Amino acid sequence: MVHQGVITAAYIVASILFILSLGGLSHQESARRGNLFGMIGMAIAIVATAFNDNIESYVYILIPMLVGGAVGAWRASRVQMTQMPELVALLHSFVGLAAVLVGFSSYLGSEGLFSGAEKVVHEVEIYLGILIGAVTFTGSVIAFGKLQGFITSRPIMLPGRHWVNLAGLLVCIWYGYEFLQADSISYGMIALMIMTAIALLFGIHMVVAIGGADMPVVISMLNSYSGWAAAATGFMLSNDLLIVTGALVGSSGAILSYIMCRAMNRKFISVIMGGFGGQSVSSAATDASQGTAVGISLDECGAALNNIDSLVIVPGYGMAVAHAQHAVYELTRRLREKGVNVRFAIHPVAGRMPGHMNVLLAEARVPYDIVLEMDEIQEDLPDTDMVMVIGANDIVNPSAIEDPEGPIAGMPVIEAWNAREVVVLKRSMASGYAGVENPLFFKPNTKMLFGDARDSIEGLIAHLM
Amino acid sequence: MIVGIPKEVTVNEKRVACTPSEARRISGLGYAVLIETGAGESAGFSDPEYAKAGAEVCPDARSLWDRSDIVCKIQPPGMHPEMDCHESTRIRDGKTLICLYEPAQREEMTAEIAGTGGTVLALDAIPRISRAQKMDVLSSMANIAGYRAVLEAGNHFGRFFTGQITAAGKIAPAKVLVIGAGVAGLSAIGAAVSLGAIVRAFDTRPEVKDQIESMNAEFLDLEFEEEGGGQGGYAKVMSDAFIEAEMALFAEQAREVDIIITTALIPGRPAPKLITAEMVRSMRTGSVIVDLAAQQGGNCELTVPDEVVCENGVTIIGYTDLTSRMANQASTLYAANIFHLLSDLTPGKDGNLVLDLEDDIVRGSAVVKRGEILWPPPPIEPTAAAPAPAPEPSVAEGAVEPPRNRTLSTLIGLGMGTALILAVGSVAPASFMTHFTVFVLACFIGWQVIWNVTPALHTPLMSVTNAISGIILIGAMLQVDASSQLAVWLAIVAVTLASINVAGGFLVTQRMLRMFRKE
Repeated sequence: MVHQGVITAAYIVASILFILSLGGLSHQESARRGNLFGMIGMAIAIVATAFNDNIESYVYILIPMLVGGAVGAWRASRVQMTQMPELVALLHSFVGLAAVLVGFSSYLGSEGLFSGAEKVVHEVEIYLGILIGAVTFTGSVIAFGKLQGFITSRPIMLPGRHWVNLAGLLVCIWYGYEFLQADSISYGMIALMIMTAIALLFGIHMVVAIGGADMPVVISMLNSYSGWAAAATGFMLSNDLLIVTGALVGSSGAILSYIMCRAMNRKFISVIMGGFGGQSVSSAATDASQGTAVGISLDECGAALNNIDSLVIVPGYGMAVAHAQHAVYELTRRLREKGVNVRFAIHPVAGRMPGHMNVLLAEARVPYDIVLEMDEIQEDLPDTDMVMVIGANDIVNPSAIEDPEGPIAGMPVIEAWNAREVVVLKRSMASGYAGVENPLFFKPNTKMLFGDARDSIEGLIAHLM
Repeated sequence: MIVGIPKEVTVNEKRVACTPSEARRISGLGYAVLIETGAGESAGFSDPEYAKAGAEVCPDARSLWDRSDIVCKIQPPGMHPEMDCHESTRIRDGKTLICLYEPAQREEMTAEIAGTGGTVLALDAIPRISRAQKMDVLSSMANIAGYRAVLEAGNHFGRFFTGQITAAGKIAPAKVLVIGAGVAGLSAIGAAVSLGAIVRAFDTRPEVKDQIESMNAEFLDLEFEEEGGGQGGYAKVMSDAFIEAEMALFAEQAREVDIIITTALIPGRPAPKLITAEMVRSMRTGSVIVDLAAQQGGNCELTVPDEVVCENGVTIIGYTDLTSRMANQASTLYAANIFHLLSDLTPGKDGNLVLDLEDDIVRGSAVVKRGEILWPPPPIEPTAAAPAPAPEPSVAEGAVEPPRNRTLSTLIGLGMGTALILAVGSVAPASFMTHFTVFVLACFIGWQVIWNVTPALHTPLMSVTNAISGIILIGAMLQVDASSQLAVWLAIVAVTLASINVAGGFLVTQRMLRMFRKE
């Protein structure tokens, strides 16, 4: 049998490879190598664990691994890039559920292994691991449902929901105490099951109350939770590799949540408390002095496209919904052949998860060096002939700057209106997920091109000369 | 209702109030469009084109005025040679006239029309609010006049606008001074800049400085404190001291520039005399002055309205029909403005004109409504005209905390963190603390590494973290030989789920990363 020291050494190598794999993502060119490092690290970790003295039933490991691996590979090869948020949410839920199962399994198998302070610590770890795992599991399932449209993306709020949550927390603490006092596995299981049920309900309750526009935060937050669940499992099994990996993933998700909140100028706590978005908010900006939105026909817009030297495209979730990214690339390609400087401006919260738009554009073969971040392109906008907003709303809303009382005041937005001309591709005049009227549509240099984004863009391509 | 477009009767008026394409759009509002034969001819639109666009071509003016419910034209009503009567007498009960009516100069005619129960909408009296920009005929026409002014100047100016270096030698670019940076002035600046001239511009309103500079022209600063903005975006009369400084500037510029285009107007007053005869004499031979204020008496003392005069080698152009000299373009824009007005006044898209006096646009432009004289309209509050002062400072305050506070909060956070770790360490067993060390260090490494991830790769970051959080797989593996049967089954399910994550996460990340490509 292999010496325990060798396994630990292999774990150190795997940890380093995981860190390198995340570090590789700092740039597109090193990212693929990073992913390879991640795969190697995972392989080393699994093989090293397999040599553990305690493991004998290899069939019980190999068969589920092959089944799970096949399912995962099949989904990974089939999933559409517009569906990435759903896939990520689903994968979060698996980590959560696995953490719950491993927690129960560990508790059931731990009889007589620990005593004294070690037993208390071990049981606290199990309790926390299952708690975080259960919240991650149902939270992710609900997020998945909201993204898929099974569940309305509007926030659903129970009366007195904060009190319900507080009561749940108190019950969990009480049963945690009971759990530690339990003198038999079967009694402990009862406390554990009650807590799990409450945690599952809490996960549902928390995410259901969060509106669709906050999805990027929710997804990042669940990403973080799935990491903490893995770390808690690591503590429970005294496994440093799990702890390291869980901590890496946990802090990654936490940073992403922070970035997303900053991009919406919202406090993390207020996002988690939920209830934002969905209702139409009447603000000072909605009165009639706004004026009317001026429509533009495909012919006129096509003619305008033939007379510009620079174009900045601002994509939003609507582009993903309409599956318009390939048409957008075709338009980009044709315009660039004519010598038009076409670039993309990506807001951090465009779409339903961090980096969603970048992936969609990459799928459509848009070169990433013309896909810029909001801050990189903001100051070029006043010198741009045309900004084309495709299925985006709140991220180009001037009331974030102009209406200090408004619900999205202070959110950094792409200042599309500074360009000479703005064309907004939109289905209708409905407001965005934040439910805020968008004065951009009424600006004198804005024209509205109504209709399905993909049809509109294909129509525009036909008008290019 | 029937919308009628008569042929303009004013001498030298080549424009027409409706083009074939706008006739089609007006029909779309539920109106029938009637056009007098030959109405669009001088602007380059033929009768068959109108007929093809769904308009009916009417053989003579008399029947057009008789049949139309709404008459859209350009010039105010005048003596009609064919009908042998004044056009204003044809606006009878229930009929509506839409044109550039100049109501302030036509009180007598207004009273006559009111007597017959007609309605008049003056396009030139539409308030200049942002909602009305799409029907702002004055802006459309000023834009054309400014552009045309540069072309007229070029026509009489014997040199290139742009500088060139040729085999035969160097050609200096023309220097153009534009006075007054309203719509016409800005349009002239744009046209002159795009022809390659060096353009300077002056305006009494300092707020237009940015607009001038954004068009690559130089703003001539007086360095004199006086606010020149009047109501509705127009200039107002300035103080004597200001005018003195201004005249000194023009005198100095006159000696330097080749072309002067003046567009200075103050509403309701004769145009200010800005270019004196003496300044004209100081200009180089071959220079050109285009006076866009000629109709209101001219900004140059030597301007003769509607004529081109030559004084001491300097050509002074006083055309008042610059827009009509670009009849096709002017008609196109005018017709589009008319369409937008009709579209606003036809909420039902059913060909019925609705005049709601609560609407600022209708209230401002309605001179007479069914015999009731409504001129002059009450002044409206400038709702959208004044842009709110930039609230940038408040945004900056929200986004960036003062650094000192930041250090303080970091210190507090560190202190609390240390206290927490000490508290844990005081009760936890030693084995836990080793794992805890690993955990805290890993969090810090994660924190450092993740901030370096480019935002474009945030989605692959999430999917790769999905994959590596599948590391929980090894936790499940360690449980498959547990003593309890239930524990084994739970572990098997966990292995399956974690495997989906590992395989799915890595493979989808790989798929995504392959798609990112450079030029």
